[in-house]
Formats: sequence, structure tokens, C-alpha cells
Amino acid sequence: MSQPLPAVDYLKLPEGGEPYLEGHRCQTCGASFLGKRNVCSKCGARDQMQAVHLPNSGSLYSYCIVHRSFPGIEVPYISAIVDLDDGTAIKGNLINIEPDPAKIEFGMPVEVVYGDALGRRDKEGNAYIAYFFQPKSG
Amino acid sequence: MTDAYVVGVDMIKFGRFPEKSVPQIGAESALLALDDCGLSIQDMEALYCGNLMQASAMVGQRILQEIGQTGIPVVNVSNACATGATAFREAWASVKAGLYDIVLAVGVEQMGRGLLGGTGGKGIPKEGLFGSGTMPAVFAEAGMEHARKHGTTFEQFAKVSVKNHHHSTMNPKAMYQIETPLETVMNAEMISYPNTKLMCSVNVDGSAAAVIATEKKARELGLLGRAVKVCASVLTSDRWQERDLVMPDVNTCTQEAAAKAYAMAGLGPEDIDLVELHDCFATAEILHYENLGLCGAGEAGRMIDDGEVALGGRIPVNVSGGLLSKGHPLGATGIANIYEVSTHLRGEAGERQVQGARIGMTHVIGLGSACGIHILEKAA
Ligand SMILES: [Zn+2]
Repeated sequence: MSQPLPAVDYLKLPEGGEPYLEGHRCQTCGASFLGKRNVCSKCGARDQMQAVHLPNSGSLYSYCIVHRSFPGIEVPYISAIVDLDDGTAIKGNLINIEPDPAKIEFGMPVEVVYGDALGRRDKEGNAYIAYFFQPKSG
Repeated sequence: MTDAYVVGVDMIKFGRFPEKSVPQIGAESALLALDDCGLSIQDMEALYCGNLMQASAMVGQRILQEIGQTGIPVVNVSNACATGATAFREAWASVKAGLYDIVLAVGVEQMGRGLLGGTGGKGIPKEGLFGSGTMPAVFAEAGMEHARKHGTTFEQFAKVSVKNHHHSTMNPKAMYQIETPLETVMNAEMISYPNTKLMCSVNVDGSAAAVIATEKKARELGLLGRAVKVCASVLTSDRWQERDLVMPDVNTCTQEAAAKAYAMAGLGPEDIDLVELHDCFATAEILHYENLGLCGAGEAGRMIDDGEVALGGRIPVNVSGGLLSKGHPLGATGIANIYEVSTHLRGEAGERQVQGARIGMTHVIGLGSACGIHILEKAA
């Protein structure tokens, strides 16, 4: 069995190290992006992108609770927009909290956790690692 | 530059027509719009055709194969849910630029059922793993951003759907004509909180078309009497925003388009008598009251509570029934809106007529993003 693969290209799995999210920050204007790029779409600067480790903590900016998705996708789940502590916005599932608007607070602190991609495999049978958000403990 | 006028405009009743082809559906409204001004395809100097799902399939030429192959230039346009508005705007621009005296714009779509958006990409499916890319979810998240800032409630979002369904009971060309009380909207199947099924636009087939002419041509043809002047035509795209990689910003491109449109027309929000805006989801309509300047920041919830945006209110919004009840055939929507506003300015909207309407606005958003706004005025 081969090693699990990252489910998105901005999730990095260093050998012998902890998984992390990688951003690219413009050295000219400071804008932060998920995924690799050569030109900054905020200021247009070229070749000013520097890879950065994104923080594993942030706060909930917005969300919705998905009750109907495509066939085979387990519902309900919380689709969340999170502002990481360095200002990078990222989207993912908010887990380990009831999918109930009364329980979810805007701005609540969340942390990024890593784990198996809900058992999903590709055609070759490869397993994948994904990231999730959960309420920050303590 | 000359002024450009809508001299003929119409739409088919939206519905589901699996037995028809896309060009056949488009041809129907093209003929209706030509009939509306008593002209024929032989009078048209160019065709601008908006269609999304068959963007590579020469839909405009195939419409001419249905109604008359006159050899005129055809431009096929695709711009997400702003497709119809973009086709209309390209037609308008060609007339304004003096390329042609009179042209035809058609928007047409044949929709499947079910959820839009979400899938694609390599590796494993991402839907439900990294949040949701479905349209109801994306617009629910945009609505919840408004809730975060202004305390907007599920009930206020739901009231948008009640209003638009009520309006559509007076529109024989809407997909549905069914009164839909608040409890029904709120208790319908939850798709993506806070959008229930009745707060999502209806996937329907449809088409709409407009004939656009220079002032001189309209006068020569004796068509100025029912003509509608295009006072502003604006298209924007999504300026960089800090969250736009994960949360499409439908607000900024609308605010910028509205500001440009008001400036182009020399008008302000207080001059607008009715608005057809892009209620692809009930949450979206609330955002656009503020984005279009119909009220101040944070006042949208009060607008819907107080009935200011209902027929008979201060500024009626989506008296056609909107995408929530009239239906949303993507490529047709941006011209169907022109039809609705034009019909009111002509005083021909029957039971749902906005009394004394002189100036109206249309707005569409194609996610990705494109915002199209038009301001129309009754010809003097
Ligand atoms: Zn930059």
C-alpha cells in the first residue's frame, strides 16, 4: 500500500513531518493565496510569490449547513469559510460541532486538523489526506 | 454617439421543453420580439446570441437556420448567469458604436434539473470534503456573511421568496403562479441553510429576445412610441478581494456596476421605479438591495420586513416573480429582465403593473464573476 496523497495541492505532507497548509504570499503587497502562482492577482507583481506555512488556527468567518449535496455525499455537514490567523481565507468542513445554527458562532476560534479524506479513494485505490476545521479546544 | 433603443422585446413562457432543441427554443422568442415591433429577420443587421450550456455549438447560427439565414454576422456569447445581459450589451454597443442601425439579441437556455456547481478536478471528489461548491451553498455562505454583519434572519431571507412567488401569480409567463406563504417557504426541504428549496431559483428552459435600434432608425420605422431607451449598460468583473478564492464576492462587482450605471444614466437610486435583480437564491436578493443602493448598509432586512420592495411599495423588486418563481434559464435571464422592465415602462404589465413606472433597472450576476446592469427609460 502506497502512502496517502494530499487531497489538494496546497496541503503538504513532508516525509517524517507534520502535515501543513502552504500559501503563497506576495512580497510586494502582502496578499496571500492558496496554491502556487507566478503573478499576484491583487497588485500584478511578477515573480514575487514566496511559499509560506499557513497557521493551523483561525476564526469562522461565514458558513452554511449543507443538507442536500450530490448523490453519495453524506449530509448534513457545515461548509465553512475560515480566516486563518495570518489573514488567508480558506474553505472546508467544520467538524466536531452540531450542524445547528444555534450552536455555531461567527468569529469562533477554530483549528485546522488533518485526517483521512472521508474514506474516498481514486481509481487506482490511493488513499488521501484532507484538512478539516474544528472548534479550538481550551 | 447615438442613443440606442429597445424597439421590440419579448420572452416565451418559461417551462420545461425536453422535446425541443436549444435553437428552437431561442427561435421562438426571436420571432416574438420581431413581431413585437412588426419587423422580420431580413431587417436585422447582426445577431448577438447568449447561451451557456452549448457555448461551443453555434447556437446563434442555428437559430437563424430556424428563422432565416440572411448571412448577417452572428456573435455567440457565454458569461455564466450574465450571459443574456452580455449578449444584450454587445448588441447595444454595436449600435452605439455606429456599426449597425438595428440588431437582434437573443438569450436561450435548456436546463437539466438539480444542483449546479461543485464537481470536477483531479484525484478524488472534493464536494463535501472541503465544504460545498454547490450554488445553494455558495449563496448561503454569502447570505450568512450578511447575517454576521447585520443580524439578518432566516425568516427575512424567506420573505424574499414569499414576495417573489406572490408577484409571479400575476405573471402568465412565469414558470409558477402559486401563492407560497412564509411557513411553506421555511418548512420546505432545507438545501443549504438558510436556503430552503423554495429559496432556490427554478431550473427551467426559456428564451427572451430584444431588437435594438439607433434613435434615427427607430424614428424612421415609426417605432419610438413604444420604444425604451437604454440609459446605461455596464459590465464588471470581480476585482481582487481577500476571500475571493474561497468565497466569490458578488457584492463588490455589483456595487461598482451600479455606481457606473447611475453615473452613465445621470440618475440615482431614488429615480428608479422598479428593479429586476438577480435573485438566484433568496439570500442573494437581500444583498443586492444594498449593493444597488436601494437602501443603506444593513437596511435590507428592514426593506423586506416593511414591504418596501413588494409591488405597491417604495421600490418594487422582481415583480416578474424573479428567478425564484418565474424561473432561471441562465442564458435567457439577462434579456427576460429587460423584457420585464420594458413591459412596465410601456404600461403593458397588466395586473402587476408598477404604476407610473418611467425608469427601471436590471441586474444579473454570473458567478466567477460577471455583473451586468442596465437602466432603461421610457422614450420621451
Ligand atoms: Zn501583490
